[in-house]
Amino acid sequence: MAASYGLGLKRPSAIPGFGLALGFTLTYLSLIVLIPLGALVLKSATLGLSGFWDVVTGPRTLAALRLSFFTSLFAATVNALFGTIIAWSLVRYRFPGRRLLDAFVDLPFALPTAVAGIALTALYAPNGWIGQWLAPLGIKVAYTPTGIAVALIFIGLPFVVRTVQPVLEEFDRELEEASATLGANRRQTVFRVMLPTLMPAILTGFALALARAVGEYGSVIFIAGNMPFISEIAPLLIIIRLEEFSYPQAAAIGTAMLMISFGLLFFVHLVQAWQRRRFGHD
Amino acid sequence: MRRFRSTLAALAAVGFTTVAASAVLADTTLLNVSYDPTRELYKAVNEAFAKDWQAKGGDKVTIEQSHGGSGKQARAVIDGLQADVVTLALQGDIDQIAKSGKIKADWQKRLGNNSSPYTSTIVFLVRKGNPKAIKDWDDLTKEGVEVITPNPKTSGGARWNYLAAWAFADQKYGHDEEKDKDFIKKLYANVPVLDTGARGSTTTFAQRDIGDVLLAWENEAFLALDELGADKFDIVVPSLSIKAEPPVAVVDEVVDAKGTRKVAEAYLNFLYTPEAQKLIAHHYYRPSDPKAADPKDLARFVDVKLISIDDPLFGGWAKAQPKHFADGGIFDQIYQPKSTN
Repeated sequence: MAASYGLGLKRPSAIPGFGLALGFTLTYLSLIVLIPLGALVLKSATLGLSGFWDVVTGPRTLAALRLSFFTSLFAATVNALFGTIIAWSLVRYRFPGRRLLDAFVDLPFALPTAVAGIALTALYAPNGWIGQWLAPLGIKVAYTPTGIAVALIFIGLPFVVRTVQPVLEEFDRELEEASATLGANRRQTVFRVMLPTLMPAILTGFALALARAVGEYGSVIFIAGNMPFISEIAPLLIIIRLEEFSYPQAAAIGTAMLMISFGLLFFVHLVQAWQRRRFGHD
Repeated sequence: MRRFRSTLAALAAVGFTTVAASAVLADTTLLNVSYDPTRELYKAVNEAFAKDWQAKGGDKVTIEQSHGGSGKQARAVIDGLQADVVTLALQGDIDQIAKSGKIKADWQKRLGNNSSPYTSTIVFLVRKGNPKAIKDWDDLTKEGVEVITPNPKTSGGARWNYLAAWAFADQKYGHDEEKDKDFIKKLYANVPVLDTGARGSTTTFAQRDIGDVLLAWENEAFLALDELGADKFDIVVPSLSIKAEPPVAVVDEVVDAKGTRKVAEAYLNFLYTPEAQKLIAHHYYRPSDPKAADPKDLARFVDVKLISIDDPLFGGWAKAQPKHFADGGIFDQIYQPKSTN
């Protein structure tokens, strides 16, 4: 990525309007992203470094952050796996109702998250359609961290499917044929030829689903149970701090989430870059 | 996809025209920012006030309502929501708005009964026939009883629930704060779900079948019987409860900027008139002027010993709020994990 950017700077005249486009990009990004985030960081800075550290490392904050990030990572992983399989089915097979299914994938995008949360809670509560079959087995979903994971998987699914799908559609069939004629079996073709090509897209989908899940509030609060230290997600803790009119504390938790998310996303990008170099897709 | 977008655009256009049209039709519009369970009450009051105001020679007035958690609503007003009047669950929430300068500090003295035209209290809603035999607050701490109440941090109503339990414990254990704390801790150990608002808890209890008892606003409990079936639930009134005084105030900064002070003040004064008091009692709030209410409506309220927030036990919101509900307050202490406590 760095290399291609450098290349672009050397020959800015290849495509006209470089200065204008860059200027626009910087202004727009500042207005939409950097200024609000800057305000957030500034607000939390009013606590001072040690105050910030006390808020962020308080046992309750740590428990909430841990819950938010681990369930989000889990949900994004599940989505990466099953989202890829769904994208595969939609692209590679022709069956009646395929277009309809394809449209279903976007529903979690379209549905207001509160509606999703209430619907999932109604389904998974001990008296719900699904919950009543799980309850006798001793499996509780609604009002536990499991319920949070279910909600996060629901809202994150389209990200993986929609990033993997176009790459699969463009995938050069001749590569598979070449792999087969060179004596690779099917498993080798999938894992050695196809998966490395798909991996950047899957990782992008994973990163998007993760980012979405970490910040999710609307659907989760209905299904979570919201018990401190058990099922209280970090965004809820931020709301609680706001209700106490402790704006700097709320901003501090927000800043901590931002830094962790940035670290995770940066790591995903590093993996992608490493992967590109290794498989020579740059 | 394109068709979907154009449908959306069309819907948005319809939305804008409706808003624009209603703005043209109404001469005066007031925004009443309120808390969750007052939706039905203010719908009735607004209609009555609009008629009354016009009959007295005023302009045509439309009152818009906004409902949500009391604290969230207060924050919205502080952050610039153009509310002409606020009718919230807690005095503390209006105090916070006053701190921002949008409401004058003496707001609570401007209207009768500490600016609370109605009061309410906290009662129990239990499953039909009361299978767990829940009669009073100490039944809630028994093993195997599941209590549904929202999070006091995010719900004004839930703070009243908590304080009512505290008041009971204080009487029972002879004003020993350590024992009060233990009682509250045991009670909240029986809470399996902390919803963020009162309506959320009602849903959890009534629709999801979770829990044995719901701590609810008296009017919410009656509404639940009306709407979800009197054959499913019973109301249990404990031996002692809290006198919840939801206050109302005119937002000075907004009404002065909009020029709506006269009508906004008339609106709040209207709440104290016999006509409104009758509506208030009909919607299960305890009227400040019971003489005006329909005796049939009044008969529904059980006589119960009510402790006010101004009782020496609590010493008013300004003291109770930080002690119990601030970051690190007693409510936070009962949720510390065993290792750090």
